[in-house]
Amino acid sequence: MAGSVPQRATALIRPAPVPGRHRSGAPALLLLPFFVLFTAVTLAPIGYAIHLSLYSEKRSGLGFGGVQRVFTGLGNYTSALGDQAFLDGFGNLALYCLFYIPLMIGLSLLLALLLDSALARAKRFFQLALFLPHAVPGIIAALIWMYLYTPNVSPVVGAMESAGLEFSMLGNPVPAVVNIAVWEWTGYNMIIFFAALQAIPRELLEAAVVDGAAPLRVALSIKLPLIRPSLVMACLFTVIGSLQLFTEPMILHGAAPDVVTSWTPNMYAYTAAFERNDYGLAAAASVLLALAAAALSFLVTRLSGGRSGKAKGAEA
Amino acid sequence: MSTATPTRPRRRQAPSHRPPALDVRRPRHWSMSRATVNSVLLLATLYMLLPLLWLLTASAKNTGDLVSGRTLTPDRWHLGENLANLAAVGDGVYFRWYLNSLLYAGGGAALCALICVAAGYAFHVYGFSGKEKLFGLVLLGVLVPTTALALPMYLLASQVGIVNSFWAVFLPSLVNPFGVYLARVFCGGYIPGEVLEAARTDGAGELRTFWSIGLRMVMPGFVTIFLFQFTAIWNNFFLPLVMLSDTQLFPVSLGLYAWNAQTHAFPAYYPLVVTGSLLAVIPLIVAFVALQRFWKAGMTAGAVK
Repeated sequence: MAGSVPQRATALIRPAPVPGRHRSGAPALLLLPFFVLFTAVTLAPIGYAIHLSLYSEKRSGLGFGGVQRVFTGLGNYTSALGDQAFLDGFGNLALYCLFYIPLMIGLSLLLALLLDSALARAKRFFQLALFLPHAVPGIIAALIWMYLYTPNVSPVVGAMESAGLEFSMLGNPVPAVVNIAVWEWTGYNMIIFFAALQAIPRELLEAAVVDGAAPLRVALSIKLPLIRPSLVMACLFTVIGSLQLFTEPMILHGAAPDVVTSWTPNMYAYTAAFERNDYGLAAAASVLLALAAAALSFLVTRLSGGRSGKAKGAEA
Repeated sequence: MSTATPTRPRRRQAPSHRPPALDVRRPRHWSMSRATVNSVLLLATLYMLLPLLWLLTASAKNTGDLVSGRTLTPDRWHLGENLANLAAVGDGVYFRWYLNSLLYAGGGAALCALICVAAGYAFHVYGFSGKEKLFGLVLLGVLVPTTALALPMYLLASQVGIVNSFWAVFLPSLVNPFGVYLARVFCGGYIPGEVLEAARTDGAGELRTFWSIGLRMVMPGFVTIFLFQFTAIWNNFFLPLVMLSDTQLFPVSLGLYAWNAQTHAFPAYYPLVVTGSLLAVIPLIVAFVALQRFWKAGMTAGAVK
């Protein structure tokens, strides 16, 4: 992990940190813009969300004027957790993650290993072509696939029907959403894995080949362990991203009747806030989602072993 | 590894023709031929590219052909007509959205990259007390699920009175903790200490050194952060959805969403959504194709660390 940054740069020398406090004006000035904005759009909203989640708004009879904010403690949390729609959202999300994460990570790892093997041709072309879906906005990716799922409109459905395969993607939201996410994120993660694979010292691999290791063996027992830090990081970002699932089901909502407006926890929070105007409940749902993300990130770093897990922050 | 056979070893038969090179000592249990590897890659590429190809053909169809899934033929080519409709509907509101997106994404990404590089440079060059704790806070920021913040951000913005304004979308897009992390990594790679020392002995002030030397040397990092932030802002949908109600302020993503919601009642919106989607994808694809060197370097820096 240490210091193997962009290749041509490795030979350069790190500057010694400038000691002494007489220079403190400049670093403060350089750091200020980021931290002011970070406080305003990240830290403050976190604090505000927690605050909001502890209150309820009570409207007086006709809804004019008298809106009272009442402290309800954990009331919003218990009503969110007691709401079957919210729990169903978490259920859908769990099912989605269960299929999406192994499938996407596995596929991008496989493609990266194939691309890294000496047998692959046109590596630059494949890298670019596989990455391109990532340049497509999530909402447009969802729109494209929604059309491709729609009978009559879609050449895919037509082809499948004439081959005797009848599977309605619009009737099965989980595979439908998983497929969109796999399409969007496989290339992106493949590039990360490929970059890590390329950074493995070639002598190491040549030594293994000289020792008679077959390519598959080299991939599994040498390459995989060496790129574990990237693997952990990709899993971490994937978990955090997956929990925020919103755009794709929101688009499918129009075409697939099973995708209700509370199909994911994020959609639940959005509906609670902007359709029911229940900000306390929405905030509680958001906080619960963020807690789930924190717990899962912790789990990912732990399961992957302490050595590489928290390494990101440890260097430099 | 690099000594692949010149004659493509298609199957495992004909062991006598094995190359006498490195991998002869043990018979391979499961050998993959060049054809298999490249077929799998090709298959994956088709999966990635065919939907985009569909978008390309679909945007040349009129409503009837699109909805019925009729194959595109030259005599049913309606791309020009679709573009004209796109420009005409709602007094050209689509191109207003397009300009908005360019402004949100272009301005936001440039400023964000500058802010990230300034912070990353400070973390790299200076030593001060509590530095690693502060950097730890940045790394924690990477892990925050941002959509969970959209609602409280909306409520805060409405208290400050900037909800449903340009700033409500622009300001949050200036912050990217991962960009600060990347900038620090890049500074470590691109800025040699001697150069800064030389600048200091020449009497240049710290901020001047950053502006005219540090920033210039770490330019590839700047471009990388710019590119990824540009994409993120261009693709962002949740924040504008929450913050904006004035259609004149919409970015393309939100505008297409609004149009898509109308397609059930007004099928004439179908080609508009499809053609509009195609136009919205083009700048990003061009940017990623043209700037391959940068995003690959950026992802390498992110991956290897």
